Amino acid sequence: MLGKMNKKKWYSIKLFLYVLPFIVLVLLFSYYPLYGWLYAFYDYRPPRPFSDAEFVGIKWFKSLVENPVKVAQLWQVLKNTFVMSGITLGTSWLPMIFAVFLNEIRCVPFRKFVQTVTTLPNFISWVLVYSVAFSLFNSTGMMNTLLLNLGLIKEPVLFLQSSDHVWLTQWLWLTWKNLGWAAIMYIAAISSIDDELFQAARVDGATRMQQIRYITIPSLLPTFFVLLMMNIGNFLSNGMEQYYVFQNAFNKDYIQVLDLYVYNLAMGSGSYSVSVALSMLKSIVSVLLLVGANTISKLTRGESFL
Amino acid sequence: MSKEIVKKSRMHQGVGDRMVSIICYVIFSICALLCLYPFYYIFINTISANDLSSRGVILFWPQGIHLKNYSSALAIDGLFQAAKISVMRTALGTVATVSASAFLGFMFTQNKMWHRKVWYRLIIATMYFNAGIIPWFLVMKNMHLTNNFWGYVLPAIVSPFHIVLTKTFVESIPKELQEAAEIDGAGIMTVFFKVMIPVIKPIMATVAIFAAVNQWNAFQDTLLLVTDTKLYPLQFVLYQYLNQASSLSALANTSSSSSLAAAAATTQTATSIRMTITVIVVLPIMMVYPFFQKYFVKGIMIGAVKG
Repeated sequence: MLGKMNKKKWYSIKLFLYVLPFIVLVLLFSYYPLYGWLYAFYDYRPPRPFSDAEFVGIKWFKSLVENPVKVAQLWQVLKNTFVMSGITLGTSWLPMIFAVFLNEIRCVPFRKFVQTVTTLPNFISWVLVYSVAFSLFNSTGMMNTLLLNLGLIKEPVLFLQSSDHVWLTQWLWLTWKNLGWAAIMYIAAISSIDDELFQAARVDGATRMQQIRYITIPSLLPTFFVLLMMNIGNFLSNGMEQYYVFQNAFNKDYIQVLDLYVYNLAMGSGSYSVSVALSMLKSIVSVLLLVGANTISKLTRGESFL
Repeated sequence: MSKEIVKKSRMHQGVGDRMVSIICYVIFSICALLCLYPFYYIFINTISANDLSSRGVILFWPQGIHLKNYSSALAIDGLFQAAKISVMRTALGTVATVSASAFLGFMFTQNKMWHRKVWYRLIIATMYFNAGIIPWFLVMKNMHLTNNFWGYVLPAIVSPFHIVLTKTFVESIPKELQEAAEIDGAGIMTVFFKVMIPVIKPIMATVAIFAAVNQWNAFQDTLLLVTDTKLYPLQFVLYQYLNQASSLSALANTSSSSSLAAAAATTQTATSIRMTITVIVVLPIMMVYPFFQKYFVKGIMIGAVKG
């Protein structure tokens, strides 16, 4: 009896030992960085080693709200983050509409073609997107040539070095990259709608717009809602790659989102400790946002997405 | 019966419906054009005469076609080394991610594992939080993974999203398959290699595609971890060329374009180098993508159900 128990126990431990090396990897690369948060409480100045750094308590956190230069910078950065995330959130219905109307295309090869072509940009990196942007919009790019030929402008316009409409153009690039891919989820959801619903509606003489309004869109709303909640959870995390590759001396004030600011603080000006402090606050607020969105989802729809 | 209804409803299709149809075709054609033309534009410029492409006059079709840009691409500073790094990190990283995801996806379906749920949640939680890039960079430095090729591969091995994908797939396979093998005396590893792998190949293909695209496109880890130019992948080299070109064009006024125009048709120019590298970096994705689209779609669908 005892031997049998031990054998069972040993087997369950053996299974664990197989996955242990991978758990160690996760601890090293995802949990060990949490230890890096300690840097926020010290005066860390590389190349001096961390062991020599002086403990300063919450000095850096205080400086974020007390130092007028930093406050002004942070205020602008938060404005950029909130506006750009806000535009993304406010237009998060676009992929749904894209899918709904793509589904209205009856010619299957054309539909497949559009779907393939519009999802392609999602699979190229931001560096490549920037390369595309640069090729089209630099001083000898396609846009300038076209506008010059048409006589609409007399001198090349430096589109990418402009500080105007940065929020809008960044949103446009993001949409160019993501729209088709984000629509795929909705396209699949549409194909799972019971076809009898549409047939019944047609018998009743419903037009296509009416079918969309009363059948397609209502059945897509649950998917939309889940994605919306996840977007809320990611409100502060725009990622830095897009803004990093597009940033230059001219648009810097408007393009610096929180993620990029954290990077620039540390790698650009060497203020590691302040950067870590800010990054720590961001992580905590992000988790709170995610939990909050999940709670809303639970309360209003009775299901969580985590 | 239903066919008749459809026919009838077709006849009922009013002017409004026809309008919806036409507008849809127009809008989606524009969307497709917006996504395709930029790549076409870059491509025709790389095969056109370089003095024309650097003046920006090639808009719709190539002029003075030559392939010199591609044959002399090898001579571009650092490009061959970067291609080697890109290929190596993509190959190694993909193999590592696929093997680990398949193995962990399978292992985490084993109810008998000691505290299985705790370990699984420990891994999945990392999808929803991260310490931030700077703390990550600092501990990578502590582990001597800066300026180290393994810094590209090791952090990518355990990838929670891909583990969720595989685990969901394994769960859809009848339990009897494993039980039958175990009655025949197969151990857990034999079950994994001999029974599971042949069955979960489709999801492994999906994960492979995702992982390969991620590795090929990776840029941020180089930016944070690597200063040794020998370790730069293609993406980073392309970024450097773009960055130089962009600071040049910001300084240059229109008059300097005349000096660029003096270049011969096949001499490399800043524009030709930039665009040729772009094509070289984009091409693998373009080639792979249409054939594997269904895997991508499958991947996101399973991920959406679970994630």
